[in-house]
Amino acid sequence: MSQLITSAAPHVHSGDSVQKNMLLVILALLPAFVVSMIAFGWSALITTCISIATCVLTEWCITKFMLKQQPSLLDLSAVLTGLLLAFNLPSNLPWWMVVLGSVFAIGIGKMVFGGLGQNVFNPALVGRVFLLISFPAAMTTWPVAKGFATRYLDAETAATPLSYMKNAIADHQQFELDSLLDSFLSCVPEHIMGGSLGEISALALLIGGLFLICMRVISWHIPVAILATIAAFTGILSACGIGSGPLTHLLTGGVMLGAIFMATDYVTSPMTAWGKIIYGIGIGIIVVVIRTWGSYPEGMSFAILIMNGCVPLLNRIAPKRFGEVAKK
Amino acid sequence: MKNTFCIGGVHPHDNKSYSAHKAIVEAPLPKQAVFLLSQHIGAPAQPVVAVGDKVKVGSLLAKAGGFVSAPVHSSVSGTVAKIDTVLDGQGQPAPAIYVDVEGDEWLPEINRSQTLVHECTLEPKQIIQKIQDAGIVGLGGACFPTHVKLMPPPGKKAEVLIVNGVECEPYLTNDHQLMLEHGEEIIVGIRLVMKALNVTRAIIGIEANKPDAIRHMRNLAAKVLGIEVRALKVKYPQGGEKQLIDACIGRQVPSGALPIETGAVVDNIATLYAIYEAVQKNKPLISRVMTITGKHVTKPGNYLVRFGTPASQLVEMVGGMPADTGEVIAGGPMMGRSMSNIDTMPANKRMSALLFMPQSECYRPQPSPCIRCAKCVDACPMGLEPYLLSRLAKGEEWEEMEAHRVMDCIDCGSCVFTCPAHRPLLDGIRAGKAKVGAMIRERQAAKQ
Repeated sequence: MSQLITSAAPHVHSGDSVQKNMLLVILALLPAFVVSMIAFGWSALITTCISIATCVLTEWCITKFMLKQQPSLLDLSAVLTGLLLAFNLPSNLPWWMVVLGSVFAIGIGKMVFGGLGQNVFNPALVGRVFLLISFPAAMTTWPVAKGFATRYLDAETAATPLSYMKNAIADHQQFELDSLLDSFLSCVPEHIMGGSLGEISALALLIGGLFLICMRVISWHIPVAILATIAAFTGILSACGIGSGPLTHLLTGGVMLGAIFMATDYVTSPMTAWGKIIYGIGIGIIVVVIRTWGSYPEGMSFAILIMNGCVPLLNRIAPKRFGEVAKK
Repeated sequence: MKNTFCIGGVHPHDNKSYSAHKAIVEAPLPKQAVFLLSQHIGAPAQPVVAVGDKVKVGSLLAKAGGFVSAPVHSSVSGTVAKIDTVLDGQGQPAPAIYVDVEGDEWLPEINRSQTLVHECTLEPKQIIQKIQDAGIVGLGGACFPTHVKLMPPPGKKAEVLIVNGVECEPYLTNDHQLMLEHGEEIIVGIRLVMKALNVTRAIIGIEANKPDAIRHMRNLAAKVLGIEVRALKVKYPQGGEKQLIDACIGRQVPSGALPIETGAVVDNIATLYAIYEAVQKNKPLISRVMTITGKHVTKPGNYLVRFGTPASQLVEMVGGMPADTGEVIAGGPMMGRSMSNIDTMPANKRMSALLFMPQSECYRPQPSPCIRCAKCVDACPMGLEPYLLSRLAKGEEWEEMEAHRVMDCIDCGSCVFTCPAHRPLLDGIRAGKAKVGAMIRERQAAKQ
């Protein structure tokens, strides 16, 4: 008789893996990427490739030469970080800035904490905010969407709805999108609003988000809490005559990308249902405050990073325990 | 109406098709039967026979070692060969009585006929006494002596009997087949327990993946007042006592309390069949239906096995161990124990199944770092945080583990099943339970 294996129960597994989850998130980002290619042409692909390649290489080098461990890139987490970072950048950002941002995202955002699963802040957002603070001009100049006619360098640039929104607030006026439907669908270049590479189509991002919820990769709590909070808060503000209405807020800037893909990052979001809801509400409030009274037109990155810092505290909220109801 | 438990749960592939609907076949008698003295939760049984004694099928071999204990009866006739130890499934020596089999002679008071005996004129106390004397324990897996459950502590009153026909473990079909073949006996068993508990209501919980059993039991239950069959949504671990009570009557057993706190007493299908046989037919618990199965087993099925039969003989009976077997599990794949020794391990009250897992399914990928995806938190049916408990165990922070309710863990394995990083979360949690359990007992001892 051959030697029998003995192991502790359970003896079967769901077949789920870290790699599978990362792959599903990458798949969910594809519709938004396709829209980005339609809007910004090759420049979207170039920026994304540079970002992913640098993230993967940085992680490999740090693991191999500094930590002296066997690099494990198969979990695809570095690919995802690179992809998400690219989605948060203007598609015409100079290549060396993309490289710098990617190195910072993986090196400072992830590896200094101990690698996968250990970081407190979303690595892609760490990279993005580093670039935003270091190169404010380049990071807030967005190319006009001209499809494949968009040039990677020296592209024609224009303001985004968010900067109109900001100016309107300064002038005590209210800005609304001309056509909410166009900005929602966002697949004809002429109608696409300016913005970062991956944030321009709310529809494509929502499709990806629904896919992730259906595949049980993410739960609904965080995106719904964020979007509902933004809608409620801006609804109240616009009723008081401050800033734009809820739909304009929800469909512009990084709200959809942030709510569905950035804030739901496993490592940097809370573990329990109520923790997730409070985290989402926090992000929603901070975004609206920054957009309305802050000096930046957009606040999604800052909002998520600030709430990332609260996650250890939010994780002290216990899940709904069995038998709690009956407890005297 | 709600039809499952509230918190957590997972959906493992049920793999029941290999042995489902296979008629119960009686396993051949062994040459020598080996009876473990500890086949139940509680004190081991104490031998009452000596080497050389002649025994019959049903003879008492060992008496209960206390109130929370159960006697052991012989399932064969023959001569007591020795009282020694036997290597159990894990290769550990366990005290046991060896009986050399001679013929198949039963005690005269056991009614071996197939006729159904409906009537019972016994008083509740007498029913419970018979159950206790027959050595009946919970056959769902825990093997807790049944008579203890039927005697609620003072001040507590049972309101409803919940019958566990869930069989949520993948591969297992023994309870399913028992319901199909012996539904009438089970109904009589339910009536006996209802009488013993003095309750007027019983709910049979069966998962929706056994529609024929649900139909059959509904037809039978329709003739009896107070018995109801509940079709439950398929979800593991619904067969857990606490989960089943929640699913059937919507009450949750408070943390640290006994199930009777909710007014419910839960008994397994196989236990109720054993109760019928003990009370109506004077037959002590000497055998059980086991599922012997696996993806590559030649003759998977449901077998009526007499206790004491060595597992190796059961392996032979189903056509030998498949060549690619990597792991042999006593019980289901979620909570069963993998065995290193099947040569001498005897069938016993605890062994609900023998499962042969192909080698290709036995190896796990190396654990990778926790990505804090919270899937273990979502899966835990007790509302615990397995990732956190596992981390606390690593730091030996036992007090913290207690505060995070480690003692509520029911060992169902849903967290490990679901973990995408393949982390052995339960290892630390089990260590924590042992440690915290000891701490609690110490505190109680100090108080007294």
